[in-house]
Amino acid sequence: MIKHRLIRGGAVLIIIGFIHTAALGFTLEQFHFDSAQQETTFRELIGKLRCLVCQNESLAGSQAELAQDLRREVYEMLRAGKSEQEVISFLTTRYGDFILYDPPLKPSTYVLWFGPIILISIAAVFMLRLLLRGRSPLNRNDALDPQEQQRLNQLLAATIADPNNPTASSTIAEKSHP
Amino acid sequence: MIPELGHLALILALGLALIQATLPLLGTFNHSATWMALARPLAYGQFTLLTIAFACLTYAFLISDFSVAYVATNSNSLLPTLYKVSAVWGAHEGSLLLWVLMMAAWGAAVALFSRHLPQITLARVIAVQGMVAVGFLLFILFTSNPFERLFPIPPEGRDLNPLLQDFGLAIHPPMLYMGYVGFSIAFAFAIAALIGGQLDAAWARWSRPWTLIAWVFLTLGIALGSWWAYYELGWGGWWFWDPVENASLMPWLIGTALIHSFAVTEKRAAFKNWTVLLAISAFSLSLLGTFLVRSGVLTSIHAFATDPTRGAFILVFLAIVIGGSLTLYAWRAPSISSGGYFALLSRETSLLINNLMFAALTIIVLFGTLAPLIYDAFGWGKISVGFPWFNKMFTVLAPGLVIVMGISPFLRWKRDRFMRLIRHLWWLVAIVLAIKLLLISQVPIGVMIGMSLAVWLLITHGASVYERLQQRDRSQFTLKAAFIQDLRGSGRSFYGMIIAHVGMALFIIGVTIVSHFAIETDVRLSPGDSHVVAGYRFEFKGAVSSTGPNYHAERGHFIVTDDNGDHVADLFPEKRAYFGGGMPMTEAAIDPGLMRDVYVALGEPLGEGDWAVRLYYKPAVRFIWLGAIFMALGGLLAMADRRYRSTSPLAQITPTIAASGSIKP
Repeated sequence: MIKHRLIRGGAVLIIIGFIHTAALGFTLEQFHFDSAQQETTFRELIGKLRCLVCQNESLAGSQAELAQDLRREVYEMLRAGKSEQEVISFLTTRYGDFILYDPPLKPSTYVLWFGPIILISIAAVFMLRLLLRGRSPLNRNDALDPQEQQRLNQLLAATIADPNNPTASSTIAEKSHP
Repeated sequence: MIPELGHLALILALGLALIQATLPLLGTFNHSATWMALARPLAYGQFTLLTIAFACLTYAFLISDFSVAYVATNSNSLLPTLYKVSAVWGAHEGSLLLWVLMMAAWGAAVALFSRHLPQITLARVIAVQGMVAVGFLLFILFTSNPFERLFPIPPEGRDLNPLLQDFGLAIHPPMLYMGYVGFSIAFAFAIAALIGGQLDAAWARWSRPWTLIAWVFLTLGIALGSWWAYYELGWGGWWFWDPVENASLMPWLIGTALIHSFAVTEKRAAFKNWTVLLAISAFSLSLLGTFLVRSGVLTSIHAFATDPTRGAFILVFLAIVIGGSLTLYAWRAPSISSGGYFALLSRETSLLINNLMFAALTIIVLFGTLAPLIYDAFGWGKISVGFPWFNKMFTVLAPGLVIVMGISPFLRWKRDRFMRLIRHLWWLVAIVLAIKLLLISQVPIGVMIGMSLAVWLLITHGASVYERLQQRDRSQFTLKAAFIQDLRGSGRSFYGMIIAHVGMALFIIGVTIVSHFAIETDVRLSPGDSHVVAGYRFEFKGAVSSTGPNYHAERGHFIVTDDNGDHVADLFPEKRAYFGGGMPMTEAAIDPGLMRDVYVALGEPLGEGDWAVRLYYKPAVRFIWLGAIFMALGGLLAMADRRYRSTSPLAQITPTIAASGSIKP
């Protein structure tokens, strides 16, 4: 496949993906629709279809020749009364799922749609085990040991001497909370 | 000569980094105070050398020294001075140099500002930073040297990518990098704590302000990138879920989880090993993001093979950093107690949900970004994963996160009573439900949900501020006096949280409104024609040729008037052809406003003075970035909390107390 590389030399982190969306060449004004509904369908549809030769751009955003041709094709199919679904299935037969930014749920995309759910579940179990370990009531011993108690007393004495230090006093208050 | 000086400084910096990575660390084991004391001067030295290297490269750009290959590829003698400077980080080699320079700056800042940090901790933190610097400097020197000479010397440079010739983009990468690299501090603190086996509230208190400032930079960096994409690319969108955007979003999501997790670790000494894991993840994702983007692997797996040296180096480096720190974690973490007990209904639980949600969102972004690669690698066919997929995944999880966000400020640490919570929240819930009922028949369901979530955040946070002040009020203070006293004292992190969360509400409002009510039209206009969009009349006065410092432009003139015929703005969108070549660039013209943007972009000339024109009406789009600014301000305020800067002896004792209970023998 041809890589439609507009600009070489790389750019800074976040921008690379945008580079190909850069230059505008919209000729959408040539399209005339039977109804506002049809126009909305058209706009939404070309927004969800990928320009196959661009790095990461929708048909709506690209001015590559192929994108212009495909836009025209989508337009003509819609004008000919085809439904959105018919247009999509026509395009995927010809170009494969790669053209869809919104991959349909089917066996080959199960990994895509359910993968995150499985990963999140695994992560959640791992995280909960990590966090709740030792959370059993046996570990609820919040009482201070004698050494801590002694330190606390020292600090409380110091706080009284320095009442303008809310930082210290609040920390102590938290710790001494039974 | 100057470029060689820069090169030499880089090599010396590598030598220094090697010492930095070893001696102070060894000193902490053989208790050599002298070796540990090297940490500070080494951090300063590293920063100085890298500043010299960076200055040399900048100089080469300023004098247009095209004998330096990197300058010749990314600059041009006609380039305005501002962009000659920003061109330094306009491509791979220079941006890596900026990265290490910033890391050294962070290291020097820690050495400078952490005066009351124990020597042993500082030595370890600086040493860990040194290790990362070694990796980066080796990578720069062996695969991506910006000082490489070119022969024969070209008479003229190839010019900076025109897309980068923009103010927003001049400052976007440094901001983003400050965020990425800032997480290296949290990472270094975490690794240092793992090495020492001392993970306590003191550790959290030291790392937390550093993590916050890194997060603030990252937030602003991402917002800048989004804003730039909006006005510079002429497509009117603000986020496309592009892999490079995702690469910056992942560290942000985990970083957000991290700053919340730190709150628990600092206040309750709980979540300790989880917090460490998050700190490691945030920096690992920063590295992964940088390298994923830099290696070109995102465009195509095969791009990875075109430059096998860089690719292999990246893989090995990532493996060492991530693998090494996770191994250390697995070795040390089990000896760390999980800390304080908390009941099912408590502030801890709400922050646990927060962490779970942010981790889940990160997994979604990571998975969605890598899924096309996974499919390709396993031969399952080529797929595209775009905004519809990400939007669906996010809209499933995000509302739950926002609901918990509203409840969390009311919850007490450790344990709370359900009835108490209900007493505080019932009327807020009632308000939101009333708004829902009111809106449900009027607006699309998405708007109803988005707006009620935003209102929920605003009223819950307003109420929790009121409640906090009420509690202080009882004796002698008026509400206002209590507020001022609170803000002077240790209340800043609380108000920081409130402001950041209000930022989230503003963000939600912006996203909701602009995605449902924006209007985009494409029209053909002849000079003198006009077109009405959302009540605004755009009159096209024609386009004229003009010349900039390094480009030719067609400059359109539009007069925008509102419903009443009152003048709104004169807009001058441009279509530019840069002398350096490449595709023509679009400079959109925007009349910005808090409640709406009016946006014009020139498309193609259609002959006889006619142009294809894009006219946009973007309501509330500014709320998106305003929200990000609020989040950043909140982060800054939280960082300024007195407890992070207090130097009274008492403040130094308290962490020890918190520590004494946390490490089990």
